[in-house]
Amino acid sequence: MTISARQAGLVGCLRCGRVHLPDVALCTRCGAALSSRDPNGLQRVWAWWLAGLLVYIPANLYPMLLTRTLTQRTESTIIGGAVELFQHGDAGIALIVFVASVVIPVGKFIAIAFLAMSLEKRHLMTEHAQHRLFAVVEFIGRWSMIDVFVVAILASLVRFDAVATINPGIAAVSFALSVAFTMQAAQSFDPRTIWDD
Amino acid sequence: MPPRAAESSFTAHAVPLAELRACPHCDALHRLPQVQPRERAVCDRCGSVLIAPRADAFTRIFALAATSLILMGAAVFMPFLDLSASGLHNRASVLDAALAFSQGAMVPLSVAVAALIVVIPALRLMLILYTLAPLVAGRPVLSRARQAFRLADRLKPWSMAEIFVIGVAVALVKVAGLAMVTPGPAFWAFCALVLVTVLQDSFMDKEQIWQAIAGAEPANDAAEGAQP
Ligand SMILES: [Zn+2]
Ligand SMILES: [Zn+2]
Repeated sequence: MTISARQAGLVGCLRCGRVHLPDVALCTRCGAALSSRDPNGLQRVWAWWLAGLLVYIPANLYPMLLTRTLTQRTESTIIGGAVELFQHGDAGIALIVFVASVVIPVGKFIAIAFLAMSLEKRHLMTEHAQHRLFAVVEFIGRWSMIDVFVVAILASLVRFDAVATINPGIAAVSFALSVAFTMQAAQSFDPRTIWDD
Repeated sequence: MPPRAAESSFTAHAVPLAELRACPHCDALHRLPQVQPRERAVCDRCGSVLIAPRADAFTRIFALAATSLILMGAAVFMPFLDLSASGLHNRASVLDAALAFSQGAMVPLSVAVAALIVVIPALRLMLILYTLAPLVAGRPVLSRARQAFRLADRLKPWSMAEIFVIGVAVALVKVAGLAMVTPGPAFWAFCALVLVTVLQDSFMDKEQIWQAIAGAEPANDAAEGAQP
C-alpha cells in the first residue's frame, strides 16, 4: 500500500523530492522552502484565475492588430482574425488559429476551475483523471503566448511606411497578461492535494 | 527499457531519510531504488518519473547548453527575416520583433517579450553551465550552485524560445499571400536552438543532478549525511 510523506509524518520537497522531518524549513538538498501542503495554495489559484479572466475580457473586445494600407484601415480582434482567415479560404490554418487563440485559452479557464472545484468536491473526477488534467493544463498554458509573438513578428515585418503597416493593438497586452496569470494559477496548484483524502 | 515502479511498501521509519523520496506530484513515499543508466523508476501511484539517469549526462548537457548559447547569440545579432512586396524591402531582427510593442503604453510588453524569447532562455542556459561545469571536470561545485540550478528549474516554463519559433511559422503563413519572406541565418539558428534544447532536456534528470550537486558540495557533506 502506498503512503504519502505526509501520512508518514514527513515533508517531501516539491522541487527535488528529498524527504525531511516536519520541523525543517528549507530543503537540505536544493534549498527550496518546504511545506507539507500549501494552506493558501487554492486561494492563490482562484485569485490568479480571476485576474486572468478579468484581463481576458478586454483581450477579446479590443483589437489585436491594426492594419493600415493606402486605401484602408482595419482593426482585427482575436476572433476576427480567425474569421478573416476562414473567409480567405484557408480553412485549415483558420482552424489552427481558432484552436490556439480561442479554444485553448477558454478551455484552460474551465480546466483550472474544474480542478480547483474537484479538490473540494471529491466525486467530480478520479485522482488519476485530475492528475492528467493538471499535467495537460501545465503543459499547454505557456503555448497560448504564441498569439503575442505572432503579433510582434507581423508588426516588426510589415513596415512599409506609406504603403502598408501593421501595428500591435492594446489587446496584445491584456492577452499576454491573461496567459501569464493563468500560468501562475496553474503553478500555485499543489498537485499533492489531489491525492489526499 | 521498461520503467520500474519504485518500491513503496516498507516501514518508513526503518529507512534513513536520505534514501527516501516523496513524489513531487503526488507525495507518495518511495525508497529510492538503485537505477542503472538508461533505466528509469516511476512513481508507484501517479506514474511520474522519479529518476532516469543517463550515462555521460553532464558532459552531454554541458555541450548542448553551450551550443544553444552560441546559437542564441547568432539568432540575436544576425539578420532574421526579410520581407519583400512589390519592390519594397523590410528587414527585421529578433530584437525588432521584441521592440514591436515599444510605442506608448505597450513598452512593458516589449520588455516581457524580450525576456521570454531571449533573456530568460539565455539566463537559464548560463545557470545550467555554471552548475554543471565543475561536475563535468570532476571538481566540487561552485558556491551557490544549488541556488543556480533551482532558479534554472523555476525559469523553465518562462523560457519560450520554442513557442516563438512556432509563432514565426504562423506569421509567415499569414503574410504568405501578400509578400515574399526570406528567412535569414538567425531564423535557422533559432530553429537549431529549439532542436538542441529538446535534446538537452531529454538528458536532463533532476534527481541525478541534485544527487551530484549534494555529493560535490565543497566541505559540506554534513547536511546530506547527518539526518537521522
Ligand atoms: Zn529540495
Ligand atoms: Zn507520484
